Amino acid sequence: MFARAMWLILRKDLTVEVRSGEVAYTTLFFAVSCVLIFAFALVRDGRAPEDGAAGLLWIAIAFAGTLALGRTFERERQSETLRALLMAPTARPAVYLGKLLGIVALLAGVEVILVPLVALLFNANALLEHPAWLAAILIAGTVGFAAVGTLFAAMLIRARSRDVLLPVLLYPVIVPVMIAAVRGTAVLLQPEVDTQVAWFWLALLATFDVVFVTLALWTFEPVMTD
Amino acid sequence: MTSAAAADDFDHVAVDDVSRHFGRRRAVSRVSFTARQGTILGLLGPNGAGKSTMLAMLATLLRPTAGAIRFGTLDPRAHGAALRGRIGVLGHDLFLYPELTAHENLTFFAALYQRPDASGVATRALTRAGLADRADDPVSSFSRGMRQRVALERALIHGPRLALLDEPFTGLDDASTASLVGRLRELRDVGTIVILATHDLELAEGLIDEAVFLREGRIASTMTRPEGLRSAYRDVMGHR
Repeated sequence: MFARAMWLILRKDLTVEVRSGEVAYTTLFFAVSCVLIFAFALVRDGRAPEDGAAGLLWIAIAFAGTLALGRTFERERQSETLRALLMAPTARPAVYLGKLLGIVALLAGVEVILVPLVALLFNANALLEHPAWLAAILIAGTVGFAAVGTLFAAMLIRARSRDVLLPVLLYPVIVPVMIAAVRGTAVLLQPEVDTQVAWFWLALLATFDVVFVTLALWTFEPVMTD
Repeated sequence: MTSAAAADDFDHVAVDDVSRHFGRRRAVSRVSFTARQGTILGLLGPNGAGKSTMLAMLATLLRPTAGAIRFGTLDPRAHGAALRGRIGVLGHDLFLYPELTAHENLTFFAALYQRPDASGVATRALTRAGLADRADDPVSSFSRGMRQRVALERALIHGPRLALLDEPFTGLDDASTASLVGRLRELRDVGTIVILATHDLELAEGLIDEAVFLREGRIASTMTRPEGLRSAYRDVMGHR
């Protein structure tokens, strides 16, 4: 039942999003605006700062992700549907994983548009030359970000200043994930990709993912019950 | 005995000296009562009396700071998921997704509660609610009364042993109110334990079998087969 509950929640989130488009459109608009502003500010005579594309890509993902987390849980708060999910006769971590996968799927959709845009505006075509590496780093980084973000957004659902508190709590914790993700992406921008270094950053991201998801699964039930 | 099978067997809910504090504020203080199957127990009191907090603890959404709630012989800490499968909650808010249709909402919750043929269960529930012709309309297009009817069916979609209802008459017109009262009596007749939090004494009169009056988080009085609820309420609550 655990996997089925997770799937039901994920499918429900995607159906709601396809129907309203609210979070996807606002997140995408915000991410694209972010990239455009940095491109106008940093790209001079067609030359972008070295490795700037990697940093910029992850700044846009983190900011857009924070917006998506806030809006997704605001939707669950408005009709108190998160309470209804917590009342379901399944282990509560299944609710967490269902929500986490929904956020990851949403951010993956945003990244599909964001990556070519960053590559184009920052002369970073090298990003697109290693799609498997890039996909692995994007997925691992996004899972790490969303693992912590989903837990914090759920915890803050009843806090009055949740919109302010979410980034304040989230960003210090995900700094290691962001550093690993940026460094891993920067490796792909080099003329010759050093696969050993890429593996190192990817393994580090995977380790963070395992640690953060495990901690979140462990703490979700007590945190949401009290 | 499996946890799920055991959860089927509880025939009463005992609240034993339960308190719940939020920081220094005591929302519920040393409350005890027992709700038995086939009865409707009313938690009566003004706003802020602790009714919703009490329901949240009964729904296993909050843990008591002190005291214990037992479902038959079962402790919610040991049988959480199985117990939740036997509890239905209708809250202040309706627990419905406005972007989804009525049928999609009920199908989602029926599947989450592991009902076989979730779609068929949802269709039958909507027919019972008198909303079969609006099954494919998004809930956001419904009136408050229609949403409340869908929400009630959502709360009862899994045939719960314990039904918890928080101010269920809010925003209902006369016809919807009469329909809800009828539904609550049906639940009582099939042996469901119904706990109803309300400050609407006129509707509670003649419907509830036991009354627990709450004031500032404490039990002010209890009555069995209550009659003359309004005057009893005035006596218990003073000038309120």
